[in-house]
Amino acid sequence: MKKVKVDPKGVLTGSHYIDGDYAIAEGGLAAGCRFFAGYPITPSTETAERFSERIPHVGGVFIQMEDELGSIAAMIGAVWGGKKTMTVTSGPGFSLMMENIGLACMMEIPLVIANVQRGGPSTGLPTLTGQQDMMQAKWGSHGDYEIIALSPDSPQECFDLTIEAFNLSETYRVPVFVMTDECVGHMHEKVVIPPAEEIEVVERKWYEGPKDKYLPYKLDKDGIPFMVKAGDGYRFHTTGLTRDERGYPVINAECQSVVVPHLVDKIINNADKIIMLEEDEIDGAEIVVISYGITSRVAIRAVQQARKAGIKVGTLRLKTVWPFPEKRIKQLARKIKAFVVPEINYGQIVLEVERCAAGKAPAFHVPHCGGWVHDPNDILKVIKEAAK
Amino acid sequence: MKKEDRLESKNPMEGFLRMDRIPHIWCPGCGIGTVVTSFTEALKKSKLDLDKVAVVSGIGCTGRVAGYVKLDSFHTTHGRAVPFATGLKLANPDLKVVVFSGDGDIFGIGGNHFIHAARRNMDILIICVNNFNYAMTGGQVAATTPMEANASTAPYGNFEFAFSLPYLAEAAGATYVARWTSLHLRRVTKSIQEALAKPGFSLIEVITPCVTLYARRNRLGDGLNLLKYYYDKSVIEHGADTRTLDISYQGKLVVGKFVDKEKPTFLDRMNEHMTKILGDKYVKYGE
Amino acid sequence: MVYFGDVKPIKGKIHIKKDQCKGCAFCVEYCPKDVLEMSEEFNVKGYHPPFVKDEDACLYCQLCETICPEFAIFVTIKEEEEEGEKGESRP
Repeated sequence: MKKVKVDPKGVLTGSHYIDGDYAIAEGGLAAGCRFFAGYPITPSTETAERFSERIPHVGGVFIQMEDELGSIAAMIGAVWGGKKTMTVTSGPGFSLMMENIGLACMMEIPLVIANVQRGGPSTGLPTLTGQQDMMQAKWGSHGDYEIIALSPDSPQECFDLTIEAFNLSETYRVPVFVMTDECVGHMHEKVVIPPAEEIEVVERKWYEGPKDKYLPYKLDKDGIPFMVKAGDGYRFHTTGLTRDERGYPVINAECQSVVVPHLVDKIINNADKIIMLEEDEIDGAEIVVISYGITSRVAIRAVQQARKAGIKVGTLRLKTVWPFPEKRIKQLARKIKAFVVPEINYGQIVLEVERCAAGKAPAFHVPHCGGWVHDPNDILKVIKEAAK
Repeated sequence: MKKEDRLESKNPMEGFLRMDRIPHIWCPGCGIGTVVTSFTEALKKSKLDLDKVAVVSGIGCTGRVAGYVKLDSFHTTHGRAVPFATGLKLANPDLKVVVFSGDGDIFGIGGNHFIHAARRNMDILIICVNNFNYAMTGGQVAATTPMEANASTAPYGNFEFAFSLPYLAEAAGATYVARWTSLHLRRVTKSIQEALAKPGFSLIEVITPCVTLYARRNRLGDGLNLLKYYYDKSVIEHGADTRTLDISYQGKLVVGKFVDKEKPTFLDRMNEHMTKILGDKYVKYGE
Repeated sequence: MVYFGDVKPIKGKIHIKKDQCKGCAFCVEYCPKDVLEMSEEFNVKGYHPPFVKDEDACLYCQLCETICPEFAIFVTIKEEEEEGEKGESRP
C-alpha cells in the first residue's frame, strides 16, 4: 500500500457550511476522484450537482448517464481507463446498480458509491430518510463476495469517510459504499477541509514489472492483484466470468473454488484493519447501544437519559458496517446484559448483532419505519426494558 | 524452431488473437469468426497502435469476441458494453474503443445505452453482429427477429415489429452507419477501417448466419446456405434512406454505407463549451 | 495463360490447421480457383477439414483466410517460402 499526497486542485481547504451531500462530493474530489458518472435521484442529487460544478475547475469528467445501470458500467470502464471514480445514488438507483456491483467485485474494481438512503421499498419516500438498504449493500448482487460499507453520521464525516472509502477501495480493490441517509445528506454543518498537504491517499496498486509477465489476477504477497490501465500495452483481458490468473474465463468448479474464497477472504481476513468503531463508556456497561448514521445521533439523547436513570449504558457506533465487527460483538456479548439496536428499518443490522452474540446476550431491536428518525423516548423505553 | 512453430509465427492472426484460447466456442458455420477476421484486417490496414485499441463486449455469442482479441479487452455484463466503453473512452481519451457485441446485447437489453451514446456522439465504434436471435441462450426471439421467423420463445412465429438498426442509429445521432453481411468480407473490412479513422459514434451492423438455432428452427439449411442466401438477397445501396431499411423474413437486405457525416464528439463539445463559458478557469480535459 | 510484360501472378501456399477446422466448407465454396476440397478424413474433433487439391491454381487472394470463421487457414507467398522462408509473410 503506497500512500501519496493528493492533487491540491481538488482540495477546497477551509471551513465550509455545507450539507452531507456536498461534503461527499468534496471528499471525492479531495481524494483524487476525477470521473463521476451519475443519475439524479433524491435525496442524493446534490452530490452530482456539486461535482458537476466543481470538476471543470479541477480537470476531469462529470457525465450524467441515462440511468444507474449506465453510471456504474461507465465507472468500471473509467477505472480500467486509469481514473478514480465515484457516484452517488439512493435506493432505487442502488437496486439498478446491483448487477454491475457484482461485476466490480469479480473484476476487483476500486470504486466508491455513496447511497443517501431514503424510505423504501420501491419509490417509497424520495425526500425522507431511511436505513433500509443496509442488508442490500452486503447481499444485493448475486453470488458470494464481500464489499466494504461505511456509515457517516455528520457532514464532516461524509467528507472524511469518502476519502477513507477511496483508500479502502484502492487498498483492497473492492467497491466501497458510503451508506449515509437523507438526514445526514441534507444536514448542513461545519465541514473543515484540511490543506492538501495534510491529506494522504492510497495510490492504486500499479503493476511495474515486465509487460509480458503481467497477469491481471495473480495475487501479490498481500493477497491483492496488481492493476494496469488500458492503453499501456499490456493487452490484458478481464471478464465477469469465473477466471484464472490471466483473466481468461475458466468455467468450472475448481476455478470457482479459488476465485470466490479470494474475493471473500481479502476483506474478511483484513477486517481488523478495515473496521472503524466509535465506543463510549463501554467498560462496565450492562447495556450497549449499537447504532450507525443519523440514528446514532438520536440515540445519544436516550443514552443520556438512561444513564441519568442509573443504567450503565455504553455506545458503539458503526463507522464501518461491512465487514461487520463480529469479533468485538462476540467479546461484548460475554460481558454485557443486552444489546439495544435502533435503526430506521424493520430489522437488519440487529440480525447481525444477534448472530454474532450467539445467544450470549440478547439483542433488542428498536424498529422504525422510514420517513423520520426515532423518538429518543422509544429507544429509552427499550434500554430500560433490556436492563430489567 | 519446429516446423509447426514456424508456421504459427507466420499465421497472420498471431498478434491479433489470443491463440492460446483458439479454437473458440462458436458453432461450425457461425459467421462471427469471419467478422473478427474482417476486424483484424481493418486493424492491420488502419496502422493504429494496437496498444491503444480496446475492445469491449457484453454477453452473448458475439460477447465472447473480447476474450479472443489480443488487445486490452473487456467482457462486461449483459447490455452494458456501451456505457462501459463510454467510461473507458472518457477516462483515457487516447484509446480507440470498439464495442463488439450482438444485437440482443446492444439493442435488446442495452438499447437505451446505445441511443444515448449515439446522442452524445461518444467517440466509440460499435460492431454489432446481428444474427436475428438470442443465440447463446438457445435461439429466443429478439428485437431484431424478422416478423414471421420462428424462435424458441416464438414457436408460432414472431408477430412483433423488429428494430431497423441503421434507422435507429441515425435517428439517435450516429455519425457513421453501415450494414453488411458477413460474406461482404472486404466491404466489412473497409467499413471498419473507415469508422476506426473517424472520430464519433459509428455503427456497423453485420448480418451473420446463426446455424445452430436461427437456421435450424427456420429450416434454412446450414451455415453455407444461410451465408449464400443473405449475400444473394443483398442489394448494395450506399446512402440509402435509413427509413427504408427494414428487414423482412428472408426478404431483400439493403446493405451499404448509409451515414457518414461530421459532428463534434462528446469530449470536443465538453472542452469547447466549457472553455467558452469558463475561459481560463476551465481545466481542459484529455488534450 | 498470357501475361503482360514481366508481371507474374503471385502464387500462394496454403496452410490448413486441420484440428482447428469445424468443417463449415466456407473456404471450399468461395475459393475462386477451386483450390480446396473437403476431405474424407476426420480431425481430432470429428470434423472433415478441407485439403489442398490444386495449389498451383492458388493466386494468393487470401479469401479463404478471411472467410474462415475458425482462423484455421492462411496463405503465404510461394516464392518467399522457397527462398529460405524469410521476410514478411504478407506484402
